[in-house]
Parts: sequence; structure tokens; C-alpha cells
Amino acid sequence: MKPKVLILRTAGTNCDSETAVAFKLAGGQTDLVHIQNLISGKVDLSDYHILAIPGGFSYGDDIAAGILLAVEMRHKLSNVLEEFVADKKLIIGICNGFQVLVRTGLLPGLSTEKNATNIDMPQRSTLAMNTSTRFECRWVNLKTEVNQCIFTKGIKPNLYLPVAHAEGRFTAPQEVLDELENNQQVVFRYSNASHHSSDNIEYPNNPNGSDSNIAGICDITGRIFGLMPHPERFLTKWNHPRWTREDLPEEGDGLVLFKNAVDYAKATFHE
Amino acid sequence: MSTQVSEFEILNADDDELMRISREGTLSLNLKEMQTIQSHFRTLQRNPTDVELETIAQTWSEHCVHKTFKCIIEYSEPEKNTERIHGLFPTYIQRATEEIDKPWCVSVFSDNAGIIEFDDENNIVFKVETHNHPSAIEPYGGAGTGIGGVIRDSLGTGLGAKPILNTDVFCFGLPDMSYEDLPKGTLHPKRVFKGVVSGVRDYGNRMGIPTANGAILFDSRYTANPLVFCGNVGLIPRDRCDKSVEPGDLIVAIGGRTGRDGIHGATFSSAELDDTSENLGSVVQIGNPIMEKRIVDALLQARDRNLYRSITDCGAGGFSSAVGEMGEDTGAEVHLENIPLKYDGLAPWEIWLSEAQERMVIAVPPENLDKLMDICESEMVEATVLGSFTDSQRLQVFYEDNIVGDLDMGFLHKGLPDIVKKAVWQPQQHSEMQSRDNNIDDYTDDLLHLLASPNIASKESVIRQYDHEVQGGVVIKPLVGIENDGPSDACVVTPVIGKSTAVIVANGINPRYSDVDPYHSAAGAIDETLRNIIAVGGTLEKTALLDNFCWGNPDKPDRLGELVRAAKACYDIATAYGTPFISGKDSLYNEYRDTTTGEQRAIPATLLISGICVISDVNCAVTMDVKAAGNLIYVVGNTYTELGGSHYFGIHGHIGNNAPIVRPDEGKQVMESLSRSISLGLVRSCHDCSEGGIGVAAAEMSFAGGFGMELHLKHIPVDEDIPYDDFRLFSESNSRFIVEVEPAIQTEFENQMNGIPFGHIGKSIESNEFILNGLEGNAIIETTIDKLKSAWQTPLHS
Repeated sequence: MKPKVLILRTAGTNCDSETAVAFKLAGGQTDLVHIQNLISGKVDLSDYHILAIPGGFSYGDDIAAGILLAVEMRHKLSNVLEEFVADKKLIIGICNGFQVLVRTGLLPGLSTEKNATNIDMPQRSTLAMNTSTRFECRWVNLKTEVNQCIFTKGIKPNLYLPVAHAEGRFTAPQEVLDELENNQQVVFRYSNASHHSSDNIEYPNNPNGSDSNIAGICDITGRIFGLMPHPERFLTKWNHPRWTREDLPEEGDGLVLFKNAVDYAKATFHE
Repeated sequence: MSTQVSEFEILNADDDELMRISREGTLSLNLKEMQTIQSHFRTLQRNPTDVELETIAQTWSEHCVHKTFKCIIEYSEPEKNTERIHGLFPTYIQRATEEIDKPWCVSVFSDNAGIIEFDDENNIVFKVETHNHPSAIEPYGGAGTGIGGVIRDSLGTGLGAKPILNTDVFCFGLPDMSYEDLPKGTLHPKRVFKGVVSGVRDYGNRMGIPTANGAILFDSRYTANPLVFCGNVGLIPRDRCDKSVEPGDLIVAIGGRTGRDGIHGATFSSAELDDTSENLGSVVQIGNPIMEKRIVDALLQARDRNLYRSITDCGAGGFSSAVGEMGEDTGAEVHLENIPLKYDGLAPWEIWLSEAQERMVIAVPPENLDKLMDICESEMVEATVLGSFTDSQRLQVFYEDNIVGDLDMGFLHKGLPDIVKKAVWQPQQHSEMQSRDNNIDDYTDDLLHLLASPNIASKESVIRQYDHEVQGGVVIKPLVGIENDGPSDACVVTPVIGKSTAVIVANGINPRYSDVDPYHSAAGAIDETLRNIIAVGGTLEKTALLDNFCWGNPDKPDRLGELVRAAKACYDIATAYGTPFISGKDSLYNEYRDTTTGEQRAIPATLLISGICVISDVNCAVTMDVKAAGNLIYVVGNTYTELGGSHYFGIHGHIGNNAPIVRPDEGKQVMESLSRSISLGLVRSCHDCSEGGIGVAAAEMSFAGGFGMELHLKHIPVDEDIPYDDFRLFSESNSRFIVEVEPAIQTEFENQMNGIPFGHIGKSIESNEFILNGLEGNAIIETTIDKLKSAWQTPLHS
């Protein structure tokens, strides 16, 4: 069976094509679906196993990044989303998608699994303006933390991926940060080239000034995952900024995240 | 007739009155054109309506019809007979392309962008535009709508290309100029710089198009007339490259609503700026990238379902140009009251001419309308039927059941009177500079100074604000090297992820040489573009060029003489290299006049050449950063004593008279041999020598790669001896490269270079020292790559 992936689009989404390529390379079957068609019921989310909210500038990121799409999802799709989450299906939000998930409250979610299925949960963290106060595109080192996340099962301890955003500084009240640490919900941290993310990681290694160098988190179930870096932009070695000078494997660091998701869906939803 | 429509009283007007009407209406029509219009309407025995006269003014504007490039020019230069040129464009640009006759050119000069073949499934489109006048007045909006406009050019080519890459080249005044020296009514270069970069950033990033190639130049003469070149590359299925219009097709507008923004943009940009231009707020458009993204999303779906037959963008002149051009061979009938407005109160001619952004016009067979409307609805983009194409050969405009404009298509498109312009070329003598070898035995400070000069210094702070990774296809990035911060010669894009077929995009621009001779400036811009393409792994065989001329007032014979010189070089050098032009644009009247003092300033004659090359295997691409210690460093291509217009002379306050000359026979051999060596995998890194010569190029390679170098100037290849260290080091001769080769490959590489001027000038070393030995064997530069890099990175850091 080929797991079905719904790549959600709206006005201003712009990483949908490469996210679809990533899931296809991973063995998934992808549809690009405009949110209008989910709201109208033309497309049924429950037909899918994975929901991907790609990067971009949904609705221009007016007000702040991801807010308008998050509000639309909370108000018009809460039932279908709750059902999707309750069915133990997967959600990934990349860059603008992460911003949306944080603003719906789906990430980091609540601290018990029972409540975590409720889309009407409060927003408990945010992705604020970078400390550099501007949009920046650069490659960053990531350290994989011990975590619950389905998407990162068994992956190598260090990844190299590009970021490209203006509003990526993850910040939350101390009790939320503590909870994330205690529940092993921190998936990726920005690190330096020698991969010591426990050190004080300074700009530009921490490209946006995130609290605790957090680059990606999951909910308590590990099935909802959001990150600022772009794994879909490192699928082959040619994406790497130094492929002309380093010996690199043909496959890029980002593909494994999509493979893990597809493998989970195959194992969980084999029909 | 509608009360909102007025007539221009021209039937009985004398010449003064005709010119008053043209001037006060921002029509930018000259007397002969006004007289032609007058006699046309005398035969009709009526005055033109405002809708009609405005439509003619837009269609005949320099911006839309490129009069200067098509008119007859009487050209003279010293000691030569006067030459009569029947159009610069047909004589020097179009003819070059025709003679080169590449089978992979699919569509040249006819559509909104040029089209070349890419692979079995897709073609590539490429267009570069300018948005200079608006950016001078409102940098953020002007630059943003510049990129928005050129994206719509790709979308309006064939049946619509998917935009895959943005490029941008800017020319600004000096960032450190004092506010007291600022010409009246102009913005400070720093403010223009910041606004333009932010505008391109916010539009390009929101559209999800990588911006991965460009340049930024500084010269005091750009203060009042900054230049903003925006380019877009698109990918289009091979069977979607043709368009046609059939009578009966519906005229459908897609996208944003129409407002009073951008009225008279086309005619405004066909005139000089002065110290009151800042008051012309309405001529600058307002951009909304998310609206444009919706249009792209909707139209590419409609294209793939074959729902429309033709498409063009609403750019200069708004609907009047778009509908007028699409219906040129058929006729068109438009009902202005159907057009959705941002707000009430627009007169019919304003609706018709508005350059409100993010609008496209398509020709839809009536049976496809419902399907099209469904797509537009689900993509949340407004689509409106404005009227239909007819077989009347007339452009008929209605407003609330009244006819407000009725023009013969033949007069509109062919009625422009022939003009003859005079052009004179008179070379200037400039102060010459002697070698400083007698006074100086260490050029380290000069090298540091050059690296820190704003034209050469790192543009990283700007580049990082652009998303150059989106779409996942940019595989040679604008910044390369061990710390991802060296200056790449060109970008390489694989538009289909995972497939090895790629396009290389590069540019060349060097207005400094224009001070000596615009011929050499244009020739050098082509050579530089080709060098950049070759340096990353391209070939001459598969390279196409775009020309963008930004000039002063072409009604002045000396400015036009410079334009003739540059156009001649375009023909000579493009044909010699076998690289055709596929598209181009000109922006003239880049002059500033102080209305109180009468002082007049023009920009330096500026030609931007953009190049695009298709390669079948991206694995053969190389970057400019030195890869390892112990490798051999070569200079390929002869150095001549050519420092006229060079940066080295520039930092010492001289222009000089020997600008670098392109010797295409020699250059072609150099580029073909090097290109072959790169494709055979013999080259580890390669960098083009341009601004700052061998000194700057070698330093950049060294610090980008993180290895030092030890080099000897006496080994660089020369045709005639150059007995001076500084001239060898900083001459900016064309067709030269610095190349890194592994010792084990030495023989094979040198065999490939047989018959080509090359010199093995030294090696890369493990330490961070950068040592350059002069002709007498003594070190004339002794520093570290950290110092070199810091000098290069600091000036434009924030």
C-alpha cells in the first residue's frame, strides 16, 4: 500500500511541490489540496494518512506568520482535524507549517495524550521575529535529541539543513520549556559545526535566537511534528552547499524524515 | 457620450497647443507624433477622446514600442563617413541571432520572454526587465513591482511558464555620500539600497521563487537615477509555447482589482526625471505578491487543462496595452464597466490605463469559461469577462453602453511616424596612470583596498535576505566555499528535482569601461557573462544572452552615439562567440534635471548582459573555492596592459584610456578548451578574472576555500611583456580564468590546454598565508586569507 499524503495549500503556500516530491521519493502518494476544497468537503481529510503543511507565506503572513491559516483551520476544520489526530495519523508542519501548528495549539499540545486530540487548545508557545530582525536563508547544523517523534526514529545524531525565515525564534514560558524537555518533545536543536548543542549556540549557528536552541518539536504522542528547517530542500546531494568539495552520500539528510512517516503509515494503516 | 469622457481638442490646435497637450497629459508624445495623430483624426473629422489619445500615447511610448532601437540613426564618429543605421535592434541584435541560427532557440524577441529548449519535456523562458524610474521615487514599491512584473512576463510567455528563478542587478549611488551633496528631490543611496533590497526580498520570497544570481554596483552618477534590473527564468512544457487569438474568444482578466495606481507609468518612464518627480506618486504601482501567487497557482492549472488560447500580462499601459496587443491581428471589444475596481470614482480612461499590479489577460473560448471560473474560485482569485476578441480590426472600448474609444488597430500599431535621430561618438581623453612599481614594493594594501571597495566587497548581507533554496533546485548557490560565503561566478538550477539537467544563469556588467568606450564596455559585459558561465561548467554552444540597455536621453546625439557603439559590440562579440540574443529591453531617459539650476546628469552608459546555459549533467559543475592544499594554480588566458576603467585605476583617482578589449578568437579558444577540461573533470575549481584582476580573483578563491596560496606573477601568460607588477596583478583583461588542478592531473590538463595561453603560477598551501611574488621574485603581497576575507566582508556587512 502507498500511504496517502495530503499536502495542504492556500494562498501564499510555496513549498508544496518540493514537499510532494519528498513524500513521493519516500514512497507516498501525494495530493496537493487547497484548503477551500477541504472546507467545502470536496476533499475528505480522513482519506489520508499524513497531513503536511508546507512552507511559504500563507495569506502573506499578514498580522504574523501563520496566524490566518491557523485561525481558519481552528474555525473551519476543527472536527476533521480532531478526528484525524484521534485516528493516530501523522501531521508535519515545515517552516510556515510549523508556525501554523504552533498557532493552532496542536504544537506543543497539552501534556497528556487524552487532551492532545483537542484542536481547541490554547497556543502555548510562539515563533517570533528572528533576533537579527530580518529574513535569512542559511544552512544550519542540527542535533537530534532523544525524543518521541515518529518522523525521526533511528536517524543520525546530526543533520545539516537550510532555514529560510524571518519569524523562527521559538519561545515559550519556562514551564512549557520544562515540560518539553521532561516529555522528550524537543526533536531538533540548532548546534555548531562540532555538534555540541548544549553549549551556548550563538548567531548564526542559532539563526533566529530560539530558546534552548529549539529548531523542531513534536507533541506528546510524537505524531505531530513541526520544524523551522526545510528537510524537503535536502533530498539529493546536489542540494548540499558544498557537494563540489565534500564526499557526500547520494541521499540528502532530509529524506529520512519523510521515509519514517511513510513507513509508519504503512505499518499502522495496512489495509 | 458618457459625461466621464472628455475629448482632446486637437483638430485645430497649432504646434504649441499640441505640445502643451502632450506635456500636461504626461503623454510623452513628440510634435511629429502629435501631428500624425492630428491628421489621422482630421480624416475622421472628430477629436480623439481621452481614452483614445491615452491609448495611442501608451502604445507609442518609448517604453512599449522601443522607438530608439527601431528608428533610423545617422551616426558619425571621427575620421569616418556618416553611417545610416536602419534600426539598432534589427541591425545589431536581431541580425546576430538570425546569423547564429541556433536550432535550440524556440522563440526569440516575439513573446514576453525568450524561449530555448531545455529537455525532452520542457523549455526554458528568460526575461530581464528594468524598473528604474519607479524605484527612484519609491524604492520598496518600485523594486517589488519590478520583480512582480518580470514574473508575469514569464507567466505571460507561451501559454504560461512556471517561474523557477529570480535574478536582480542594482546600480546605486555611493552609500557614503554626504547628505549635502544629494541632488534636490532625490533619496539618499542608502535609503534607495535598503528599500530596493527589501522590495525584491519581500516580493520574491513570498512568491516562492529562489533569488540566486545578481550584482550590486555603486557609482555617484546613479544617485538620482538608480537602476533596478529584475529577471525571471521559467519552465514551460514544450507543447505550451504557442499562442493565438480567435475572434469570439472571451477577454478574461484574472487577478487584482483596478485602481488609480500606476497611471502613466509607461509614458512617465519614457521621460527624464527632475527635482519635482517625487510628487508624481500615482505613477508608482503597489505590489501584492500573494495575489500574484494565487494567479500563478490558478493559471498553471488552467494551462495544463488547455482552457485558454493566449495570455499576456498587464504591464505598462494596463489593459490598453494588453488587450491592444493581443487583439492586434483580430480586433477587440471591451466593456470597461465590467472591470472590478478597488474603489469608485475612476474615469473610464483611468480604468483603461491603470497599471495596477497582479493582473493577467487571457483569451478563453466561451465553452471553457465555466471550468476556468471553477479553478479561479477554488484558488480565491477574481476572474472577469471584459469583452471579446472580434474580427473588426478595431479596438472598441465601451463604458456603460456608450462607445468611448474606437481605434483602427492598423493605425494604433503601425501608425507611429518614422523618425531619424542623430548620433555622434567622440572619444574622450582621460588622465593616464603610471605603474607605481618605482615607489612601492608591497601591494598588500592595494589588494585589501580593492577587496573592500563596494563594487567588489561581499554582498552576503543582501544575498541571505533572499530565499535561494526554495523549490529545492538551486544546486550551485550564490555563496560557495568551505564556510558558504565565497562569491560564486553563477548559479546552477535543476528545475526538476533529482534530474541532472540544469540551467546556469550569470550576468556581466561594467559601466566603468563606458567612460573609455561603450563598445568595450558592452563587449566586456558579454565576455564576463560567458566567463561566469564557463567557470561553473557551462559551454558556449548552449548559451543564450539577454541585453538590457540603460541609457541617458537618446535624443541627445552624444548619448545616442554611445548607444550605437554598444549595439555594434553586441553584434560583433555575440556572433564571434556564437551566442544568440533571445530577449532584451531598454530603459532610456535615465537622466536627472534640476529645474532651478538647469543642471543635467546622466547615468553612465550601462549594459547588463544576462546569460543562460543548459547543461545535461550537473555533476560536471564546479565552484570557485579552492578545494585542497598542494594543488596547482593556473592562469588561463593572456593578460594585456588594460587598466582603463579598472578598479585599480579607480581607487587611485584615474580612468585611463586602455579599457580591456575582447579578442573573441582568442577568447573563444580559451573558453572552449577550459569548458572541455571542466566537463572531463580535470578542474577542481575555477574563477573568472574580472574586477580587480588576477589579484582579487586569486584572493577570493583562496579565502573562499580556506587554503592559502603561493603565486608567482612572472608565470602569468602575456602576449607582449608587461614589465610592471601592479599592471600584471590588477589589469582587467577579458577571457581569463584562474584554475585549480590536482598534481596528478597536470599532464592531462596541460595537454587539453595545448595551444591556449596558460601559465602555472603557483600552488595552494595548507597554511592560511597568501603570498604573491613579483617579477623580481620578491613578495609583493604577503598577508593571510583571514585578513583578505575580513577586508572583503566588512564594508557592506549590515
